[in-house]
Amino acid sequence: MSEALALQGLNWTADVLVIGGGPAGTWAAITAASKGSNVVLVDKGYCGSSGATAPSGTGVWYVKPEPQLREEAKASRFTLGGQLAEHRWMDRVLDQTYANMNKLGNLGYPFPVDENGNPYRRGLQGPEYMRLMRKLVQRAGVKILDHSPALELLADEHGVGGAAGVRTQTGEPWTVKAGAVIIATGGCAFLSKALGCNVLTGDGYLFAAEAGAELSGMEFSNAYAISPTFSSVTKTAYYRYASFYYEDGTVVEGAGSKRGRSVIARNLLQGRQVYAVLDQAPEDLQPLLRVGQTNFFLPFDRMGINPFKDKFPVTLRLEGTVRGTGGIHIVNEKCATKVPGLFAAGDAATRELICGGFTGGGSHNAAWAMSSGTFAGEGASDYAQSLGAKSGTRKLRGLSTSTLTGRLSSGIDQARQKAAAEEKVRAVQEEVMPYDRNLFRTDEKLADSLVRLDGIWREIRNGTAERGAAGVRAREAAAMTATARWMYNAARVRKETRGMHKREDCPVPDEAQKHRLVASGLDDIRIRPEQVEKEAALM
Amino acid sequence: MIELVSETKCISCNMCVNVCPTNVFDRSPNGVPLIARQSDCQTCFMCELYCPVDALYVAPEAEISVPVSEDELERQGLLGSYREKVGWGPGRTPVAKHELMYRLALRTTL
Repeated sequence: MSEALALQGLNWTADVLVIGGGPAGTWAAITAASKGSNVVLVDKGYCGSSGATAPSGTGVWYVKPEPQLREEAKASRFTLGGQLAEHRWMDRVLDQTYANMNKLGNLGYPFPVDENGNPYRRGLQGPEYMRLMRKLVQRAGVKILDHSPALELLADEHGVGGAAGVRTQTGEPWTVKAGAVIIATGGCAFLSKALGCNVLTGDGYLFAAEAGAELSGMEFSNAYAISPTFSSVTKTAYYRYASFYYEDGTVVEGAGSKRGRSVIARNLLQGRQVYAVLDQAPEDLQPLLRVGQTNFFLPFDRMGINPFKDKFPVTLRLEGTVRGTGGIHIVNEKCATKVPGLFAAGDAATRELICGGFTGGGSHNAAWAMSSGTFAGEGASDYAQSLGAKSGTRKLRGLSTSTLTGRLSSGIDQARQKAAAEEKVRAVQEEVMPYDRNLFRTDEKLADSLVRLDGIWREIRNGTAERGAAGVRAREAAAMTATARWMYNAARVRKETRGMHKREDCPVPDEAQKHRLVASGLDDIRIRPEQVEKEAALM
Repeated sequence: MIELVSETKCISCNMCVNVCPTNVFDRSPNGVPLIARQSDCQTCFMCELYCPVDALYVAPEAEISVPVSEDELERQGLLGSYREKVGWGPGRTPVAKHELMYRLALRTTL
């Protein structure tokens, strides 16, 4: 529990506080503001450039409302996801995504046009999209605090009522009291440098769990992306045009961007470097590919590599729950959590409802972010407005498990706290990054990792974090440790292979385990099964 | 990672200080932002994209720092090359609405 709420620094009151300024957070903010709520949005970095979407291009699950097209769209990934998605949720997300994409076009997003001059709305370029979203957020009257990570949620006996954090560029603490809080902090990629992902450290999972919320699908957290070894650009989709070779030019049998990723991982585990060349891309397609993902080619162009002809070494970078589907458990159509006043959206919320246990690729993720953001914005706005005038008089306390202290006065102490956090992060990375622990799972190795992860957690929860930049690192380390423990506890309980969760010691799906796993707790982690909605059954 | 803030090109707008998601830059008294925390750079290239005068260079290497020469980058036409491809800046058309974007979609839609 943290010390009494600091009253210095910036103190604001709002109806709705949105934590995170990526696609989910910005849609949530715009939606809540459009319903008459006074909204504040805080971002750890900069709303417009932060997160996995901003630096990338992405497809979008945009399907015209024609019954046959919709049925095909829903069926396409259902089996891959281990049959854990729900029909009703897929319908809602398809409807909302269709509406939001059309709205984006009307608000000025520069969609390409087809041969008849009609906009083609099945993709978004991240920089363009997120620059526009920031503009729309500002136009809606939402107050944005950039470089303002949250450190903890605030609550009283009625539920969550705000958050507190620090403005990293000034050192000033901030407190926002709000009737409702939306967590849109993204997933957790464990500082793997996957493109745009180093701000995604699972902070929102930690905050939600500290408030008593649950998480779902955390075993579906072992997404790895193909990238050149030297580069941060994790755009696996284009590797469908790749052949994979060893150094001597012989082909790596079975390697591929879809099911063949395991083959790449097994080679890398044995210390055999794998190389890729996009030599399956027909020559006339190459200029089109260059336009589709501008940033994919940037590292190659700068290094003088022609990726269509030259071999380049590849690796697999952990994307964790950013592309995995686990996240905060939501309990109703408005993306509420079980804690009153607390909502979740985007990668921070579980995406199992539309993807089950396997990533839907960028298109489903983008659709989920904008749709769940919209749902949460509506829900949070309604909730905040229902509280009425009494909300201003609440006595709130901070929920951080580690003690939050005032800003450390000495630079040496700050450096020490930062270094201690970095050491813990490295220790967590050693448990979650290796392919033979996280990608190819066994009960023995999961249990072995958990012994060490539990130890790291005990140290963290007995430690302190300053309300400053070093404390942000300490809280990120706590979030990543907690995330790893939910992941591996859920992975131990799921004694089967389903979706992206692969158990070497239980290599096939088990009909009796066709349910979701819901995790809760911080010191003691509990896992409970939850049935998938029956009418979900698609075929 | 970020390797260069060109002192000759920089107009001290501090846009990079604002937009960097991982807070790599610091404002400085002489106006040209400092690369204060290079190891925090996640090589996302967003600062380059937002720099209005092409004063920044992010090297493609994400894991190691590779020192660069501004003259050499200029000669190779690399300064501002990402912003140009994305189609940001006066008189440019955003790549988002490029006609090839639609043709690519026709060729690759599942």
